[in-house]
Amino acid sequence: MHPFKKIKRHPFEPVAEWSIRLIASFSIILIFLIFLFVFREAAGLFTPDAPAGPSQQAPSSESTSSSPQQESYGEDLQQESYGGDLQQESYGEDLQQESYGDDLQQESYGEDLQQESYGGDVAEGEHVLYVPRNPNYPEIYNSETGMLPADIDEIPGEQAPAVVEKAPGGLLDNLLGDTWQPVSEQPKFGVWPLVIGTLKTTLIAIALGAPLGILAALYTAFFARRRVREIVKPAIELLAGFPSVVIGFFCLVTVASFLQETFGMEYRLNAIVGGIGLSLAVIPIVYSIAEDALNAVPKTLREASLALGSTEWQTAYRVMLPAAAPGVIAAVILGIGRAFGETMIAIMATGNAPMESWNILTPARTFAATIGSEMGEVVWGSEHYGILFLLGTVLFVVSFGLNALTELYVKKRLIKKFQGH
Amino acid sequence: MQAPFTSHHTVSKRVLGLFAIGIALTATVAVLGVILGMLADFAVKGGPELTWSFLTEYPRNSNMEGGIFPALAGTTFLVLLMTLMGVPIGTATAIYLTEFARQDSWFARSVRFAVNTLAGVPSIVFGLFGVGFFVQFVGKGLDTASGSSVFGDGSLLWCAATLAVLTLPVVIVAVEEALRAVPRELREASLALGATRWQTITKVVLPNAVSGILTGSILAVGRGAGEVAAILFVGVTYSAESLPDAVTEKFMHLGYHLYVLATQSPDVEATLPLQYATTIVLLGLTFLLNFSAIYLRSRLRRR
Repeated sequence: MHPFKKIKRHPFEPVAEWSIRLIASFSIILIFLIFLFVFREAAGLFTPDAPAGPSQQAPSSESTSSSPQQESYGEDLQQESYGGDLQQESYGEDLQQESYGDDLQQESYGEDLQQESYGGDVAEGEHVLYVPRNPNYPEIYNSETGMLPADIDEIPGEQAPAVVEKAPGGLLDNLLGDTWQPVSEQPKFGVWPLVIGTLKTTLIAIALGAPLGILAALYTAFFARRRVREIVKPAIELLAGFPSVVIGFFCLVTVASFLQETFGMEYRLNAIVGGIGLSLAVIPIVYSIAEDALNAVPKTLREASLALGSTEWQTAYRVMLPAAAPGVIAAVILGIGRAFGETMIAIMATGNAPMESWNILTPARTFAATIGSEMGEVVWGSEHYGILFLLGTVLFVVSFGLNALTELYVKKRLIKKFQGH
Repeated sequence: MQAPFTSHHTVSKRVLGLFAIGIALTATVAVLGVILGMLADFAVKGGPELTWSFLTEYPRNSNMEGGIFPALAGTTFLVLLMTLMGVPIGTATAIYLTEFARQDSWFARSVRFAVNTLAGVPSIVFGLFGVGFFVQFVGKGLDTASGSSVFGDGSLLWCAATLAVLTLPVVIVAVEEALRAVPRELREASLALGATRWQTITKVVLPNAVSGILTGSILAVGRGAGEVAAILFVGVTYSAESLPDAVTEKFMHLGYHLYVLATQSPDVEATLPLQYATTIVLLGLTFLLNFSAIYLRSRLRRR
């Protein structure tokens, strides 16, 4: 560094500096750990030794035919057919649904990869021939393939419907069903009601929260006098400090009663009440990020616009807002992430009943609320337990994706916009 | 600031302008109105319940009457333990980011990305992580190693650890801001006098950033005190006979107490005043913490 470096360093110092570096890497490690350990509990679903089900112990007579299985041992084929299923069942909201479909597919691809990497040890033909031979004898199948964990992976997941199952199919079929009834004689884990519930409440929350947050940000950034701004800004940011259980409580008791008295709704708690609650969590996020973005637009743009004769509001809406668009979009994306993953408000205010209905006046149940309300009573290590962790993995992956989107795409565009002219 | 020549603005444009500003104003007023309405609602319905004995007594009659003392104390223990775990790690990370890392190095950027990601992970996922990692993996691992069964269940300790992870980004961002506010000249002067980098950090930079570290801790505590979803299955309990004697015991928590009272108690209507009062206490606690953080921060910025 510099030529006369004769400073005597205590031998402890390099150690301290390196431990600081090590601790800094903690955050990165944590991200991996979170994914690993949430997924690890879910991965029990895909291995045979987990009590993955009554379904496995009950080899059935009412066998679904073994023919489809023979035809489609190639994983790719089946996977595509699952993808197809998803789209067939599409309920309209294409965008988000696709993203959900992607998740599922990703997971099954993940399995696929694993399989292949394990499968490399063994002659491919061996198990291809093997499977059709014993379609109805899962025990033998297991003992034979006991050495190939990944091969077994597949059984409860994808092949199982043909091989082992009693009723309506394997885990994946069960997951794609349209009833969520985890605690019953024959547990049903159809996630469609949850997907619909999550989409419903998230969309309502964003439809309410994003415009309110952005408009309030515009107001404080450009229209409000300084005095007013100094009150309004901390007040809205105060909302960010409200514990979500408090917002949930407010919606559960006050908002729900108020809406029911005013509009006479059939269900007191429903997706609208939940959406309003979630929007209260979304507004401060959208507001503060959008306000930062609006303030980051160079003053010269505003001055130029005013100098050309446009008014304050024209400048705000037609110059500043478009210029800050990437930041505002980032604000909305992060708001979506918050609404999507919020638990307490969703448990308390949505009615929390898994209904397969797009009607916004019926109760809804989100992914996060499902985990929050069922994790307490679940039998540890059961299939239900694994599925709740699987839902958690989906939540993590989606929030990670949304964040990566804002970090990598939106911010880069923002920087380019103001530096690249 | 009005543009000087407005004659070319037609009436309809002026109406449009009024509408544009009006709608922004309406949105702002609506948001503020909801906040005020919420606070007023809590104050009116919970205020009368809020007595000294409510804060200092144990709940009676299966939580249908009495106070919230164990929940208040449990929450306090929780956030203290959380601070002890999270703040040193967060501070060290912030020191790395401001003092060591070159801003464009891939490692620094990954750390930053990880911190931002952590901030966006839903709290229920942290809850699952708490179960999967702290309880099931670390706790059960410690139990097997020591041959006991102390750690392998949800407890105050694992809740605090989970919340420490959850609030890590809050600490890092606040401390980083404080460290950046320390003038460059101080560092340069210290280095020029022959101090090593480590000495500069510990003797010059950190003492100047104490209030920032404090701000970060308080903000983290404010966030952690109200967090329920993350600790739902990591060790809170609905009713406890006494305060936890050790960190490996379960404990009562204000937010969880409110949640259970509002959704799962046998007679929700009857305990409504208690619920409101609990809400006020919880909200008051987080506000107190947030306000003191804001105050400290504004003092920091002025400097």
